[in-house]
Formats: sequence, structure tokens, C-alpha cells
Amino acid sequence: MSDTTITPDTPAAPSSPKREFRSLYAIDDLTRKRNAAERRFKAYGIGAILIGLFFLAVLAYSIIKEGIPAFTRTIVEVEFALTQEQFDAAEKELFKTKAYENFFIGALKTQLDESGMDVPFDEAAIERLVGKTGGTIREFFKSNPDQLGKPVEFELAASSRVDGYRNGRVTRETITDSRFLQKSDLDIVDALVEAEVIKTVFNWNFITGADSGVDNPGGAGIGASVVGSFFMMLVVLALSLPIGVAASIYLEEFAPQNRFTDLIEVNISNLAAVPSIVFGILGLAVFIQFMHLPQSAPLVGGLVLTLMTLPTIIISTRASLKAVPPSIRDAALGIGASKMQATFHHVLPLAMPGILTGTILGLAQALGETAPLLLIGMVGFVARGYPDGFIAGFTEPNSAMPAQIYTWAARADFAFYEKAWGGIIVLLVFLLTMNIIAIILRRRFERRW
Amino acid sequence: MSLFWLFLIILAIALVGYVLGRARALSSAGGERSALHSLPSYYGANVAMKAAVPAFLLLVIWLLAQPFYVNSEVSGLIPDTEIAEGSSRDLVLAEVRRAARGLENAVRSGAMTEEFASNARADISDVTTRLKEAGQIVTSEISQPILIAAQRYRSLSSIGNFYMSIAVILIAIGGALWGLRETKAEFRARNTVELGMRAILVGAASIAILTTIGIVLSLVFNTAEFFRIYPASDFFFGLTWAPSFSGRGGTSELGIIPLLWGTFYISFVALAVAVPIGLFAAIYLAEYASSRVRSTAKPLLEILAGIPTIVYGLFALLTVGPLLVSVFGDNGIGIMKAGTSVMTAGLVMGVMLIPFVSSLSDDIINAVPQAMRDGSYGLGATKSETVKQVILPAALPGIVGAVLLAASRAIGETMIVVLGAGAAARLSLNPFEAMTTVTAKIVSQLTGDADFASPVALVAFALGMTLFVVTLGLNIVALYIVRKYREQYD
Amino acid sequence: MNEMPKFEQATEMTESKISAKKVQVYYGDTHAIKDVDIEIQPRSVTAFIGPSGCGKSTFLRTLNRMNDTIDICRVQGSIKIDGEDIYDPKVDPVQLRAKVGMVFQKPNPFPKSIYDNVAYGPRIHGLARNKAQLDDIVSSSLQKAGLWDEVKDRLSEPGTGMSGGQQQRLCIARAIAVSPEVILMDEPCSALDPIATAKIEELIDELRANYTIVIVTHSMQQAARVSQRTAFFHLGVLVEEGSTDNIFTNPEDKRTQDYITGRFG
Repeated sequence: MSDTTITPDTPAAPSSPKREFRSLYAIDDLTRKRNAAERRFKAYGIGAILIGLFFLAVLAYSIIKEGIPAFTRTIVEVEFALTQEQFDAAEKELFKTKAYENFFIGALKTQLDESGMDVPFDEAAIERLVGKTGGTIREFFKSNPDQLGKPVEFELAASSRVDGYRNGRVTRETITDSRFLQKSDLDIVDALVEAEVIKTVFNWNFITGADSGVDNPGGAGIGASVVGSFFMMLVVLALSLPIGVAASIYLEEFAPQNRFTDLIEVNISNLAAVPSIVFGILGLAVFIQFMHLPQSAPLVGGLVLTLMTLPTIIISTRASLKAVPPSIRDAALGIGASKMQATFHHVLPLAMPGILTGTILGLAQALGETAPLLLIGMVGFVARGYPDGFIAGFTEPNSAMPAQIYTWAARADFAFYEKAWGGIIVLLVFLLTMNIIAIILRRRFERRW
Repeated sequence: MSLFWLFLIILAIALVGYVLGRARALSSAGGERSALHSLPSYYGANVAMKAAVPAFLLLVIWLLAQPFYVNSEVSGLIPDTEIAEGSSRDLVLAEVRRAARGLENAVRSGAMTEEFASNARADISDVTTRLKEAGQIVTSEISQPILIAAQRYRSLSSIGNFYMSIAVILIAIGGALWGLRETKAEFRARNTVELGMRAILVGAASIAILTTIGIVLSLVFNTAEFFRIYPASDFFFGLTWAPSFSGRGGTSELGIIPLLWGTFYISFVALAVAVPIGLFAAIYLAEYASSRVRSTAKPLLEILAGIPTIVYGLFALLTVGPLLVSVFGDNGIGIMKAGTSVMTAGLVMGVMLIPFVSSLSDDIINAVPQAMRDGSYGLGATKSETVKQVILPAALPGIVGAVLLAASRAIGETMIVVLGAGAAARLSLNPFEAMTTVTAKIVSQLTGDADFASPVALVAFALGMTLFVVTLGLNIVALYIVRKYREQYD
Repeated sequence: MNEMPKFEQATEMTESKISAKKVQVYYGDTHAIKDVDIEIQPRSVTAFIGPSGCGKSTFLRTLNRMNDTIDICRVQGSIKIDGEDIYDPKVDPVQLRAKVGMVFQKPNPFPKSIYDNVAYGPRIHGLARNKAQLDDIVSSSLQKAGLWDEVKDRLSEPGTGMSGGQQQRLCIARAIAVSPEVILMDEPCSALDPIATAKIEELIDELRANYTIVIVTHSMQQAARVSQRTAFFHLGVLVEEGSTDNIFTNPEDKRTQDYITGRFG
């Protein structure tokens, strides 16, 4: 092959630029600097993620640490026998309850002495620990005279300060003497704990109870507002699932390309970003002012939350409908099904897991929403009891979990804060359950085309 | 007859119609399914649809219209003298409605006889005590005209309900008969049913428009009402927010500027926290993280977005606030007086927005074509140089859109500021001072027993209007930018 | 087909620029490249041909460690440039890529001005001490890429606004601007029309004077037009490598013959 033509500027020609050889093994200064910048940049990224996770951890820690005490309560358990003579004597006294209290303190003293404890206490201290006991005791024996003379177990709720002491909310360092609790009382509490008179038990009342007055943080429970949330979610589910699916089917399968469709699309994407409080204003003005629906009713709350979650549900439903490949539609249409039949018989069932997942996540979002509920009157103190029946569950004034938490957080008494954190645990348990169901649904039925 | 039963009756009529229609279709074809135009169930569905849909429509319209009629009738019964100073006809009407409901419940629970409840000459104090004993909420002693009005209200409502039930049931039966008459073998039942279903689908999709209209109307009317009794210029340019709940709010100063300042200040702090952290997190997840890190860190971060805002509110009030006070408070630097402040709310809101910014930015960064990265790496650029000089400039419009969406979130956020920012409206630069926002004031003006005629309550609608317009504007701009950006790489 | 001047004699005498021995590439569990040995001559054009999915692009990307950006990709064996193993832990891929530039299948100018596109490489590698030097580098790179006359009046316009052929020449100019010694081209003309393709081929032929060029191409005509040596890949194996003339007129392997006569691929 020596007969090839050679032009003047052949590659081998000496005129071509000769580079100095730079070894790849030698890292130059600039590269070193650039690599340092690279490492810094990467560290910022890791730092950002760690900060985010750190906040998550702090949040989880505070919720658990502050909220767990709401699930326990401190009781004073005293075995106490009242003889017929004592009963008669007490009933003759001018200050009857006072007499009962004296008997009670006597019994308590004996119990303590038996366990080898000797801490001086008076009735004032007892009152600070458990409140007025005499009334409770008298009530019990008056209505159960047959129990006279027999030992009876009394379970009395300890005061919220004692509760706080047991939970570590109140310590010897932070306590200041007040009419609620004095430093010396803590010795009594310790002695009573030692004697197993003061015990910590699970607070069922918090799970099942209703909101209490501002002066009784110990008796407050979240049960009634859980029921309120439940009825609201029923309304949201019953309305938003069919409406959301119908709207999505229309937009995804039937809607022609025209201005009306565009208008709907623009509305949906904007409504998804409208602040939730504006939906509260809508509910107040339209459902309560205009339609005269009952105030504070879960029905109205459900309607407001439905309007709020519809855009979310429509967006996720459309995504699941879009994920069904067109070949399925073509196959159904090809054997003579109408478009409506193709959609309802073939596309919709295939999209259903995705739709359900989206709906559950939408419901979870609605369950945690607070602001609009406050405007339509579903504040915590409304939740004073359980509704009378199924229909009443929708129409009788009630609260919802987040609104109840807000009400507790807004109260002045610190003891309610514990309830608020506890309420958050209950709320998060519900949200977690819903999310896990959604994840399981997605994992189980996810289909890759 | 309660609505519930009426509802069931309509459904029952529809169901019977379905069965009859199906049977009739089959018999008209002489039992030959193939002679029918559509499947038998479509004939049934046609009848059911014609029975139920008009009946339900009538029911809804009647339910909406009746209160207007009853209210205007009853309103005429109340003499002007009954309307006390500082009250309004609406308030008295509300009282009438309450009394009527009380009577209704008392009769139902057996505390009153029907005759007693409708006896126009009944002794007022007796009625009041009986109502109270029956556990009905009665605010004060009921006066004679109010009792009469309440009784009239009750009788009008029950007459209305009676006629409504009759009319609705008749319409349902009529519709069913109409559907049955149509049912013949050659009738195109499927097309009719599908047309009806399509109408339902369009109706469902239109709810989005109705919601927007509802929002706009409820804001516009009440805002107009507010501006009738309070000058708009004072509202938009007033530097003081001092509502006075006593009297009719005549001495209230309701300037929005301090609220807007608080809103924007807190949002600014929130974005200053969320945008850098969210953006760097997104960059790391999109460009550096191995798929294992990505699949754990991303969902963990997104948990932050799934936590209800009330939780963040409590976190701000009870954890972050006291923490900041211990550093910046009187025992520390001494520039923070209480736990509630712009910083408290802003920080917590920033945490809430981190996943919002990061997942939006993540999507946007991933939308930058791989070819851009290859081009840059092929020239010997490091990852950070590629990110800073190629990817971020290319993704900038999308990221701006994401930040605007986050800003709109921050401005509309309520619970965190209600609990974390404080209640005092203030124009101050110190981020450790308590300030308040538009959303927090909407909540405080509209909760409790607000009198909707007074400016201190109506101002909430004007605030809501401002909030709606601002966030809507931000959203439209942001969505426009993001869409333009997506189109660029599609 | 063989009008292009050929320099086998001249090139074969010099030491090879790139020398690959027993190169294996794995994508996860897939063995994508098997036992590839090849010597690539300096200041010449080497073409990699073969049917789709044969591994020619993958092998090209191992030459400047672009596969590093793919998590699941592993490379074994030795690849030496000027006698230095580029997979040695001491080697920084950033410096390597400054020495071994790359041009991609689809023109991928950055969404920046034409000037900034070309100046990007010199800037990050710190090649210019001042604005005047940078201007020099930009104009000479654009000249070498044959684009200068077309764009000299609109350097501040975005690079994405040009025609496909111009964009690809801009990408070549961008690669030249960091003064690499090797330029890898991954099907640089596959997205271009015939006229733009002819221009690029002409440009490749000019660049040969100063750079070692490795080009992956789908088109056998293009390989024949621009390259001095050709390597045929099939199913991850380097089947045959030799002077372009030989490969196209007198292939040794049956598979090569089948491919160039159009029996598969």
C-alpha cells in the first residue's frame, strides 16, 4: 500500500503542533481544587438531607415523648372499709363529707403504717393529691348501703400535678409551692408509690372519652372527635370517590378538546393549590349562611373536605386511567363495545387499584385538615359526647381529631398540651394505617404494562 | 317524613322501575333477547334513570328554595320593635329558627304535645322552661312574636316538607311510567342510558367550576358587604389592625398592611429555610445518591409532607418556640420575649415545605435530558460543575415555578401561624417578635359566635379575598412557568 | 468508495495512542463487552462498526470513562493511553476527559450562548488566563470546527437555536476547545441530513491532522469514507480489526463479510 497519495499536511508532517506530554497520573493543582469543590458540594447535599431527616427525628421524638403520658393516668387505689357505725356517725355530723374524709385519711394512714412508711400528711395534702374524697365516698355508700362494713377498693384519679410528677413533667426542681401542689407533697407521693397506693394505669378514658371543660384536663378524651372524624370521612368517601371517578373518566376518556374542557382543567389545577382556609370560607358562606345547614355538623365538614380533596383525587385518578394502555380500549371497541362499555367494563376495573390508592391518600389528607373545620364551627369543645345515632352522627354538632387537638393546644392549662400531643399520636396512627393500606394496595396490584 | 325515608322511597321506585322495565323489554321481544336493540338491563336502567334523576333534581332544588320562602314569610311576622339595638333581623331570624328547632325536638322527645307546641296562646315562660327541661338550647326568654314566628316557621316547614315529599314521589313515579312506556324492543335503550351517564360525568367534572364559582361568589358578596360599611382604602392602606368587638365595631381599625407584612415575613423565613435545603436535597437525590439511598431518603423526607399541619403547629408552639426562647430569650441573647414569633412559625413552616420543594425540584432536575449531562461530563466537568453550570441554568424556570408554588403554600398556611406566630398584628423587622398573618386573622375573626353583620367578622371575607387573589396569581404564574418548562424538553 | 486518501503505512509505524487489552464490560449481570483487544493509531480515524447493540458505543464510552456515570457498569482489563492505564486509581476521570473528548449521537449544545458553549470547557479546566485568551480559544475552536464564518456575528445567541448540523459542529468545537488529544464520536451524524453529514465528514478528515479520532457509525459508507482503520463488533466481541480497505474488500471473518454485504444488521 505504498502507492497512496500523500498530501502536504499529512498527520505525520512535522508542521503539526507538538503537545507537551502530561501524565494522567499526576493530578494538577486545579483538578485538586475542583475535586475539593466537588466534595464540598456533595457534602451540602448530604447535609441538606440530614437536616431534613434530623427535623423528622426531632418531630417524631417530641410527639412520642410528650404524647405517651396522655395514654396513662395516675390513680390512687385505697382499700377502705366503712362500718355501719362510722356511716351513721358521719351522717350525724354537720360537715358530713369532712367526716368521711377523716375516715379515709385514717384508713390511708393505717395502710401506710403497715407498709412501714411514716410520712406525715394532713387532709389538705390529700385534697391536693386526689381532690375532695369525702363526697365520692359518701355518694358510694349512700347508693350502696350493702357494701358497708366490707372492704371496698376505691380508685380515685390523682390530680393532674401528681400525674405530671409521675410523668416527669413536674420535677422537684421545677415545682413551686401552690395551692395545687407543694414540694412536701412529693414525699407523700413517693411514699404512696412505694406502698403501691399510687399507680399508673392505662387511660382508657383518653381513647373513649369526650372533651372536658377547661378546668378538667384529666377527664378529656378524644373518642367523640374520632367519631366526628369518622362521620366526616364517610361523607368524603361517599362523595369524592364517585364524583372524582366520574369527573376523571369524563376528562380522560370522553372530553372533547374545547374551551369548556380547558376551563375544567384550569379550575382543577388551581383548586388543588387554593389554601384550605379558603374552602372553610366557602363552607361557611355557602353551606351555613346560604343553605342553612346545621353549624358544627360533620356533614358540613365532610362537604367542605370533599370539595377540598376532589382535585387531588381527580389528578391521581386521571393518572391511573392514563396508565391503562390504549390497546385495552381498542380491543374492547374492536369487538363492538360502546365507548361507555369499554370504559366501565375494562378500563375502570384495571385502573381501580390506582384509584383506590389515590382516594385513600386523599382521605388521609382530609383527615388531617384543621383550618376549614374551625370556620364551620367544628371546634373541640363542641365534642362533648357521642352522637345518638347514625343519622345524628352526621348532623349533630361534633368536632374532629385535628380540631380537637387545636382546641387543647389553644387552652391555657399546660396539662392540656399533653392531651394535644396524645391526640396527635392517635391522629398519626390513623394516618399511618391509611398510608400503609395504600402502599399495600399499590404493591399488591401494581401492574407494569 | 324525613329526608332519609324519602331518599329510600325514590330508590325503591327506581329499583321497581328497573325490574319492570327489564321484564317489559323481554316480553315485548317475546323472550327473544336477540330481538332487542340493547341488553335487557339497559331497558331497566333507562326506567330507573328516568324515575330517580328528575326526582332527585327536584328534591335538591326544593331543599334549596324552601328556606328562602319560609324565611321571607316568617320575617314579615316580626315587627321592627322586636329587633333590639345592636341586633339585626338576621339574628332574630336565627333565634326564631333555633326556637322552632327546639319545639320540634321537644315534641319528638315527648316533652311537649303537638297541640301545646303549636298553641299560639301558650304561656311563654312555660314554653321556655319546658324547652330547657327538654335539653334544648334556648338563649334567653322567648318573646311572644318570636314564639309565634317560630310556630309559623314550624308549620310552614312541615307543610313544605309534606308537599315536597308528594311532589318528589309523583315525579319519580311519573318518570318511571314514562320510561316504561318507551320500553319496546326497537327502543335504543343503551344510547339513552349512555347519554344520561355522559350527562352525569359532565356534571361531576363541572363541580370543579362550581366550586370555583362558589368560592368567588362567597368572597365577593361578603367583601362587597364589608366595603359598604368599612372604607376599602382604609382596609388596603391602613397601618393598624385593631378590631374592637364591643358595639358594632365602629371604632375598629382594620388595616391589612400589618397582616400582609407578617404573612410575607413568615413566608420569607420559611422559604429561606426550605428552598436551599430542599434544592440541595433534590440535587443530591437526583445526581449523587445511589438508588438505595434514594429509595430510603426520598420517602422518609416525604413523610414530612404527609404530616398534618396541626402537628407542625403544635411542634412550633410547644417545642420550637420554647427552644428558641432559651437561646434568644431573656436568659440568652434577650431579643425574644415569647415562644410565638415570626422565626418560630417560619422555621417550622420551612421544615414542612422542604419535601414540597425537594420533590418538585427533583422532578424538574430529572426532566433535564441526560444528553446535557453527558455533554458536560464528556468535556471533563465534575458533577458539581455540571449541576451548577448546566443543569441548574437549564432547570431554572422550573425551579422558579416550584418556589412560587411553595410561596403560595406558605402564604396560605394556617395552623402553623395560628399556633406559632402569635396574635398581635405588628409592623416590625425583628423576626423574634410575634406577628400575625392574614390566615390567622381569618380564623380568629370567624370562630366563635360571630355576628355576620359586623365589620370585625366581615373583614375576614375581605382578607380571604386578598389571600385568594394573591395565591391564585402565584399559582397561575407558577403553573404557566412549569408547563412552559416541561414543553421545552418534551 | 475508496477515494479518500489512506495512510496505513505512515500510521502503522508509529506507536499506538490507545491500547486496550482483554477489556470486559458488565452491566449488572450482563456481559456486554468480551475480551476486546485493540490498538488505536494516533492522528488517524478509527471507525467502529457493527449491528445495533453490538457493544461498539459501550466500548467507545470506556475510553474516556463515561461509563463511570452509570452505577451498575463495571470495566475490567486494561486500557492504556500513551502507556498510562486510565482505570488506575491515581487517574482522575476529570483530567482524563480533558485529554479524551467526546461528541455525542444527538447534538447536545447547552442552553447557553454559542460563545458560552465553546468557552465552557476552557473555563472549567482553567485554560485561559484572561478574557482575550478565552476569546482566542473560542474563535480558533470555532474556526477549526468550520463554524466561525457562520456564527461570528451572533456569538451571544443561544446554541440551541441553530440547525442540527451547526449544533453538531458546535459540539465538536466545544470538544476541541479543551485541546484534547483524542476525540471520541458516537454516531455523530445519525441525527443529521446528508448535506450536514458531508460537512461533518469533511471536518473529521481535517481534524485527523491534529487529533486521534475514534468514531462509531452505523453507516458502512461513512466508515469507508472517513476512516483509515475499521473495527467490526458483533455481540460484544471485536470480530475483526484492520485497515479500512482490507475490512471492506477482503474481510477475514465470515461474520464481517455477511455484515458488510448486508446479510444481517
